[in-house]
Amino acid sequence: MSRRLRGLWRGGDGAAALLFLAPGAAGFALFYLFPFAMGLWYSLTDRTIGGRFVGLANYEALLASGSFRKAAANTLLFTGVSVPILISLSLGLALLLSRPLFLRRWLQTAFVLPLVVPVASVVAIWQIFLDWNGSLNAWLHGLGYGRIDWLQSDWAMPTLVAMYVWKNVGYDMILFLAGLLSIPQSYYETARIEGAGRLRQLTHITLVYLTPTTVFVILISIINSFKVFRETYLLTGDYPYDRIYMLQHYMNNMFFSLDIQKLTSAAALMVGCIVILAGSLLATEKRFRSWME
Amino acid sequence: MIARLGLSALLVVIAAVALVPIALTFTNSLMTEREIGANYGLLGEMTDVAAGGRDLFINLKLLPDWLTLSQYGQVLIFNPAFLRMFWNSAGMVLPIVAGQTAVASLSAYAFARLRFRGRDKLFLVYLMTMLMPFQVTLVPNYIMIDKLGLLNKEASIILPGIFGAFGVFMLRQFMLHIPGTYTEAAKIDGAGHGTIFARVVLPLVMPGVASLTVLLFVDYWNMVEQPLIFLQDTFKQPLSLYLAHINRTARGIGFAASVLYMTPMILLYLYAESYFVQGIQLSGIKG
Repeated sequence: MSRRLRGLWRGGDGAAALLFLAPGAAGFALFYLFPFAMGLWYSLTDRTIGGRFVGLANYEALLASGSFRKAAANTLLFTGVSVPILISLSLGLALLLSRPLFLRRWLQTAFVLPLVVPVASVVAIWQIFLDWNGSLNAWLHGLGYGRIDWLQSDWAMPTLVAMYVWKNVGYDMILFLAGLLSIPQSYYETARIEGAGRLRQLTHITLVYLTPTTVFVILISIINSFKVFRETYLLTGDYPYDRIYMLQHYMNNMFFSLDIQKLTSAAALMVGCIVILAGSLLATEKRFRSWME
Repeated sequence: MIARLGLSALLVVIAAVALVPIALTFTNSLMTEREIGANYGLLGEMTDVAAGGRDLFINLKLLPDWLTLSQYGQVLIFNPAFLRMFWNSAGMVLPIVAGQTAVASLSAYAFARLRFRGRDKLFLVYLMTMLMPFQVTLVPNYIMIDKLGLLNKEASIILPGIFGAFGVFMLRQFMLHIPGTYTEAAKIDGAGHGTIFARVVLPLVMPGVASLTVLLFVDYWNMVEQPLIFLQDTFKQPLSLYLAHINRTARGIGFAASVLYMTPMILLYLYAESYFVQGIQLSGIKG
């Protein structure tokens, strides 16, 4: 037995850990980790089977491609705009619902329900509202304004943001409610005795002690922001209006047109961005924890 | 008191608006095909050009003039594809939920309660993978599934689903919160990790398992990308893809099919809601 393995063995629960991890890690490696490494390799070669190493040539081609730049910019814009909006709205709702209100439980259920309704089930309703002849336009017309082609104009992005918020606000709200519950009431009492106003309590206690929750909520919200592809796909197909053509569309289309090199390098770039983002978020959280102790 | 009443009323209005799409799907499913056609016939038409009628709009109907279950009859009796795909969905989602919960609870135990070298680094790898959209590993995954001979088989959806990292992440959160004294006591009584896992930790994280079950169900019942790529055979595809098709071709029965599709999710959520919320609150969301 190698020294490393023995070290693992003696390191306390090494043997047990191997047993507990084995089933999950084997599948995880086969379906995620190994494909992930293969993808990185493909992005550096000229063909998928028997390819030759070509360095960063694929990345250069990718960055020169107009449709990739468009897709990347759209994805960045969507996530950059929709996640902060979602988080502030759900935090606001959580702050309201953490107070004694009438029908609190009912309200909570109502806000979470959109999460559990499958996208495909409500697509027909979105069409009724968003169509050129749809209800939103009928109301606009009633108010004396012109029609808007909601999904085929610059309104497409705000429309998607609205759908994303509609779907996810309840879940984020519950996460924030849980975070709010974990802040000891005594902090607020002390602050009140020292004469801190409501706003000061919010910024100096609530928001500060919500940091770990917020990091968690941001991560979950980013994952969910990628899932907006489902709405866009079911409403508009493979090639939606330019403004909502996301990286997922781009990658799907590259897959179907067998342009594997572009796809894998696009994926690698996306991974790079996510790792940097998540890394800095987790570092923030860690700093917060060490500061707490 | 007045403020509380006003605030509650405001939130009730917002919540009601949020529920409109769900409520409309339901009420429209009780309309006759004819009523649907009469009200929504203009959807997808470019009236400006076509009829020369600039002011033509669809007519949003909240309540049916005439209650009928005929759409449901159409879907359930005369549309064999619907039931087939409903069971397709169930046949993929149930194994994924059961499998991921089982596999993930074991891994989560290792990450939360055992000490071993490289633990935190390995966990970080899981976490990062969890954040990646499906398309990132698409090509190699496709090749892998092809090599395993799983292409166009349900297993191509089920197996990757079972080994998803989300369950590991979530259950680890819950297990971190079990006080060390519980497991120490079991250890002193001579229990091994297997016993501690099965007898002490697992029962305590049941709310977490319940939350995870709901979230996984919702997510996979709703899947679009995976079947789109891995299941070319239309008859193997889940309802999510079929419904989009039905909505384009037969709007009338689309509503009934939509209701039938979302009902299991809504019932599951309402049934598990208290566990779900309590579970998320218990986890305290600690990293």
